[in-house]
Amino acid sequence: MTVSTQAHPAATAGPGARRSALAQLTRVEFRLFLRERVGPVWGVGFPILLLVVFGSIPSFKKVLDGSGGLTVLDSYIPVLVVMSLALLGFVSLPLTLVNYRERGILRRLETTPAGRVRVLGAQLIVNFGMAVVTLAVLLIVARLAYDVPFPGQFGAWVITALFASAVVLAMGLFVASIGSTARAAAAIGNVLFYPMMFFSGLWLPIPAMPETLQHVAHAFPLGAAWESFQQAALGSWPPALALGTMAAWAVAFAVIAGRFFRWE
Amino acid sequence: MTVVIDVQGLHKEYGTTVAVDDVSFSVQEGEIFGILGPNGAGKTTTVECVEGLRVPDRGSVSVLGLDPRRDRAELTQVLGVQLQDSQMPERLKVAEALDLYSSFYRSPADWRALMEQLGLADKATTPFKKLSGGQKQRLSIALALVGNPRVAVLDELTTGLDPQARRDTWELIEGVRDRGVTIVLVSHFMEEAERLCDRVALIDSGRVAVIDSPAALAERAVSEQRIQFRPTASFDDALLASLPEVTSVIHRGDVVVVTGNADALNAVISVLARNQIVARQLRVDQGSLEDAFLELTGRGARNGSAHGDGQGKDELR
Repeated sequence: MTVSTQAHPAATAGPGARRSALAQLTRVEFRLFLRERVGPVWGVGFPILLLVVFGSIPSFKKVLDGSGGLTVLDSYIPVLVVMSLALLGFVSLPLTLVNYRERGILRRLETTPAGRVRVLGAQLIVNFGMAVVTLAVLLIVARLAYDVPFPGQFGAWVITALFASAVVLAMGLFVASIGSTARAAAAIGNVLFYPMMFFSGLWLPIPAMPETLQHVAHAFPLGAAWESFQQAALGSWPPALALGTMAAWAVAFAVIAGRFFRWE
Repeated sequence: MTVVIDVQGLHKEYGTTVAVDDVSFSVQEGEIFGILGPNGAGKTTTVECVEGLRVPDRGSVSVLGLDPRRDRAELTQVLGVQLQDSQMPERLKVAEALDLYSSFYRSPADWRALMEQLGLADKATTPFKKLSGGQKQRLSIALALVGNPRVAVLDELTTGLDPQARRDTWELIEGVRDRGVTIVLVSHFMEEAERLCDRVALIDSGRVAVIDSPAALAERAVSEQRIQFRPTASFDDALLASLPEVTSVIHRGDVVVVTGNADALNAVISVLARNQIVARQLRVDQGSLEDAFLELTGRGARNGSAHGDGQGKDELR
């Protein structure tokens, strides 16, 4: 039986062609992301601008009481990290997707062999890639310009970044699936962004919150993310509960998004 | 001839609105099949079921033996689609779009050649939002063909194109058909269907009114012929009015307009010849696809009629 050893030409060309389709989609989407400027300016530029502003405030160099030598600025780095992820996740990602849906781009892609997984995958890869760049720039600028030490437990910090990215991207898909227009998605993104950022300590550091509010904060995805980043920065492993909280939220948002995401 | 697309008893509702009531047709390999009908007749919904973008409530659709929903991955490899108003990301450049879409397919066409053929080569680095309506339309056609499809479904092919670009596009589509691609053309533009289609289905209120070749349909619609000429000598109207083939004779200045049945032209010319009168600037208006359309659907091709003037007129010197 020689038949079984003969590969169908189409079958061999298929997977190769598809791999390059994802690479091509990602490359094009990355270029578009940079050309659009909204993502780079808000998701990348804004947190770094805040770092520069905070870093220039003399009182932010004060060592916090009972923190083991942390300055106010040190304690703000995890908040800025969480904020850049949140901006990419629930502003940049859903705006692109909703815009594509409104303008029939997703529908057009539906008629090609590109496939939904690759279309969404390219968007997630681009935004995740930008998150990696932003976080790296934040850490490096903070280290070089403002003497903020690198995270004490770097491995834990990276793992936290992965969990936090997963949760914000899942939330972005959720925003894109319930917001039918770009305007609605922007509104939903904002409605999520402010309370989420409040509970990650953007305005009031979590340790300064009343105890009940602290519990609420830890139950929120970005509060849990802040806690994990903070622990990793201080050199310890984040509590499993915080990682678990992020994972649970990520799954919950992804499931809802998977159910309600519309392609037209 | 093999059947490439087979649609049987298609029915699709949106809420309480029946978009497609009962549509059946089959498309043969290598033909250009037109789907015509007034706005809201269900043309687009029908082809969306063929493309697998919509799930029919009832009925069956098969494209090259594939089920548009179940065999999605395989179908998209062999079916090229031009959607009615699909856009691209604003800052995506023409060459990038073609390169990207060609990467989706197993054996794509040469996108650079396609860009050339559609007159977009000098727009290669122009972002989508800077393209004119006609250029966007041509890009959309190029993207429908970039996967080297066996079947192409083109919805409103030349809408937004100027007359020259429209004729160029028709030539291109004929060239594509000559390469063996089966084409389904959705249109409300009669001249396009007459020029390109081997057969057309007229769809009205979600049902197929008739399927035939454009010429046969036009013939069917002919109830009267309208003959117009300048006689070399004046004559008494009764000379022609008395002919059994003629229904009316009207003088408009020195132009005579005669209406009558399909045999009226022969009768009129021989009577004139017998009286040594020559019919100069003779013009005969015969039935057109548009007449058939109006007759069969019982209403205007609202948008088509504006372009349709002057169709089906055989100028006989």
